[in-house]
Order: sequence, then structure tokens, then C-alpha cells
Amino acid sequence: MKLPTDPSTDNNVVIGIENASVKYFVPRERVGTFKEYAIRKIQRRIINDAFWALSDISFEVKKGEIFGLIGANGAGKSTLLKLVARVLRPSEGRVWVRGRVAPLLAMGAGFHMELSGRENVFLNGTLLGYSQKQILERFDAIVEFAELQDFIDAPMRTYSSGMVARLGFSVATDQMPDVLIVDEALSVGDTAFQKKSIDRIREFQKNGATTLYVTHSMGEIEKTCDRAAWLDHGHLRFVGGPKEAVDLYLDRKPAAA
Amino acid sequence: MTKDTSVPFYDSAKQSTAWLDELQQTLRYKDLILHLVKRDVTSRYKRSILGVAWTMLNPLGMMIILTVIFSQLFGAVEGYAAYILSGLVMWNFFAQSTVSGINSVVWGGDLFRKIYFPRSIFAISAIGTGIVNLLISMVPFIAVSIFIGKLPTINFILVVIPILLLSMFTLGLTLIIASLGVRFPDIVEMYNNILLTAWMYLTPIIYPMDVLPAWVASLMKFNPMFHLLKLFRDPIYYGEPLYPQLLGICTFISVVTLVLGWIIFSRMTDEIAYRS
Repeated sequence: MKLPTDPSTDNNVVIGIENASVKYFVPRERVGTFKEYAIRKIQRRIINDAFWALSDISFEVKKGEIFGLIGANGAGKSTLLKLVARVLRPSEGRVWVRGRVAPLLAMGAGFHMELSGRENVFLNGTLLGYSQKQILERFDAIVEFAELQDFIDAPMRTYSSGMVARLGFSVATDQMPDVLIVDEALSVGDTAFQKKSIDRIREFQKNGATTLYVTHSMGEIEKTCDRAAWLDHGHLRFVGGPKEAVDLYLDRKPAAA
Repeated sequence: MTKDTSVPFYDSAKQSTAWLDELQQTLRYKDLILHLVKRDVTSRYKRSILGVAWTMLNPLGMMIILTVIFSQLFGAVEGYAAYILSGLVMWNFFAQSTVSGINSVVWGGDLFRKIYFPRSIFAISAIGTGIVNLLISMVPFIAVSIFIGKLPTINFILVVIPILLLSMFTLGLTLIIASLGVRFPDIVEMYNNILLTAWMYLTPIIYPMDVLPAWVASLMKFNPMFHLLKLFRDPIYYGEPLYPQLLGICTFISVVTLVLGWIIFSRMTDEIAYRS
């Protein structure tokens, strides 16, 4: 259903996916050299198998919604998240996002174990698109949330994996984003920190952040999501209430697998 | 928890001119360049005891070996050790920056798969790291020059201009080869293993120009690194100012290469995401 006006001008719609498709080319034979490529191109022997990771997906996510994505492995959930996080541009169709996206899937991206926690906060923060100045202003709060005040100048290789994850989460969620991308269950640090991180996400949601939530736990989807979409082999099978989506997905699962 | 008042709007359909888009994003992420350079420089030195000294010892060691071997052959060159060292320092910068820049763009997949940032940042930061190393290796160059009695002149400081032009040329070439390498990985191997070595011997780094037969010397003008090396050596080795004609040639080469590389690369960035 198309609205008469362009939905991207409607402030209540935060994410718009319009007939988006993602096509990967899987070469049938490896063509590694330029010479080989040129010869084959002339002979028209370049054969690529097109693999549609997503085909013709359309839906919208409204402001403040917790939107679940379900589907078997390889259904295209991660590819869809990449479109929203602008890691990939759709091969066809259009994707638009209003506001800043915090991709929790990129938590701790670029962390380097030889560097200190302090250096890594700046490296990771600038990678997430913050300026040096913004990080400087927020530095103490970031470290405090991660509870790493005493270790921040030690090399990261001395950290436990929980400490690394805490710091990653703290940097990624310091500023409230407009869109949160949460991939799988958030298992960051020990139970106490897990509660703290979930509380922070809840607070974002209360303040109007939109969440895209991917998990294999159907109970989670039914419990937390306002709406959900079911993806199956790159096709959008259903968008609507989370309960219906889960029911449909579970019934059809044997056929899809 | 503060929030920016301006709400960014990303639209995959609204692709303005690719090169301009990439440029705007790169400027937005400029602080990232600084931290990537810092990471590369510090992580390299934290691992070894001699640390930063390796950057100086590497060209110095090569210089000693080459001087011992070739000083009989090219003995006529005044201050041969400084001649070699100036060439090596410059070549090392060029070779190391291109190789690491190309590799991080072509094989740097993990980050590319997870998060958006302008892809050219990796190439730029490789050049940045190269510049830091180049400046560090100027220290042994000055030491050797003084040791052999070739005192630097006031023109020495002009070296920043050739370094700037060389960096532009290096970035442009990195972007071109990385763009091709995303599609044809063999081109990267060919560059690393064959082209770079051949190019080094085709550039007067360890030998003086006048040992070349006339016909070879006349072909030298088609080698961009020949001009850039001459421009680099003029202030630091010959102690001379920058000559306008050579400066013009080098500026032309560098600007054209960079613009070309930037345009090609920004058209390829979507494909990089698909292939990494």
C-alpha cells in the first residue's frame, strides 16, 4: 500500500524500506586475473550466479516502535540490518533512515588489544562517527558506566572479555540514538551489568528511540516487540503483530528448513 | 545523555555525486584518521624493545649495505651514503604506504562488514602513518649528512612541499590499485611482489642518473617517481631550492593521480561493501 504522500516526509516514520533488494554475485568460477577477466568478458563467458539475499522488501518502522525481525539462519535478517546501518546500499529499491543509528552489532569495533582502554574509547568512538571533542566531553561518563575507572590506562589485552564488552557497550550507547539496532540477546558482562545495559536500552525506548531487534528467542519477541516481521529466504512473509508473526514462523519452519 | 538537535537523514536513493559524497563523509570522520594513525604507530612500537628506533635502523642498515657494495661502482657520487639514504627513505614511505593502504582496503573486511564509515579513511590513515615514519627517518638522514660533512642548508625545510605532493600521489595510486584490487585480487599481489620491485630499480634510488645509457635516461621522464624523487632530493641532499619547472611537473602528476584515484574509488565503495 502506497501512501499518496512520500512517507519519508512523515516525521513519525523513522525507517522506510521500499522495494529493497540485495543481490550478491556469486561467481561460478573464480576469475582472479585481469587478463582472464578481459578474455572472458569478450567471449561473454563471465557467469555469475545471482543470489538474492533480500528480494523486494517493503515496510516501515514508526517512531518509538520496538520492531522484531525473525527468520531462520540465512533468511536475510543481518543483511536487512546492514541496509539500515548503511553498511550496504540496496541493489534495487530504497532505504531511508531518519536520525542517528547506533549499531550495537558494531560494539567494540576496531578495538585494539595493545592500546589502552582510553585510546580505544577514542578509536572506537571516532569510528562510530563521533568527533574528538564529543568524546572528550563524554569520556568520564563513558568510563564510569563501564565501571573501568581503575583500568582505563591499562592495555586492553589485560582486560577480561567482560570488561571489553562493557567498554564497547558504554561507548556505543553513550549518546541516545534515534535508532537502535540490537542483534541477538544482549549478553554483555555479568548479570549486574546485563541489567544495567538492558535498563539503558529501556530508557532509550521510553524516550522515543526506535529499536530493531533480532533474536532467535521467540518468547523475547512476543514479550517486548510492538510489531514484528518474518523473513524467509530473503522474502518478507509477514509484517504485523509479534504473536502472529511468531506463530506463522513456527508453523512454517520445517518447510523452510 | 544529550542529543544532537539536527536529525541526520540517510537516503540510499539520494546518491549525490559519489566523489563529493565520499569527500564530505571523509571530512566528517577526520578525527578517526588521527586515531587510526596513532593506533598504527603506537601498536607497532609497543611490541618491540627498540620501538621507534626500528624506523631509523631499517633505512640505515640498508644504506650501510648498499654503500659498502656500490661505493666502488658509484664512488664518483658525492656523499653517496646520503644519496642512497634520501632515496631509500622516500621509497620506503611510498612502498609501505601503498602496500598497507591497499591491503587494508582490500582485506580490511571485518570492520567494513559491521559499520559504516568512509572507506577512503583506511587509505588516508595508511599515508598518515607513512608520513610519521618518514619524519622519524629524517633524523638518521640528518645525522648521516652531518657525519659525512654535508651540512643541511636552509633549503632543507622546503622538503615539506615534496612530502605533501608525494603523499597526494601515493594516496591517488593507493586508491586506484585498491579499486582494481577489490575486483581482481591478483592485481594487488602483482603490485606488491613484482611491480613495486621493478619500479624501485627503474628509479634512481641507489644509482646516480649518469650511469644510465642515454636512451634509458631519456625514458626516465615517464616515471613519475623520478620527478618526485628529484624534487625530494633537491632541498635535502643537494641543498638547493625547489625549481619551478620541476615543481610544476610534480604538482601536475600528484593532482591528476589523486583526483583520478578519488573518482574511481568513490564509485567502487558500494562494491567494496558487497565483496567484503
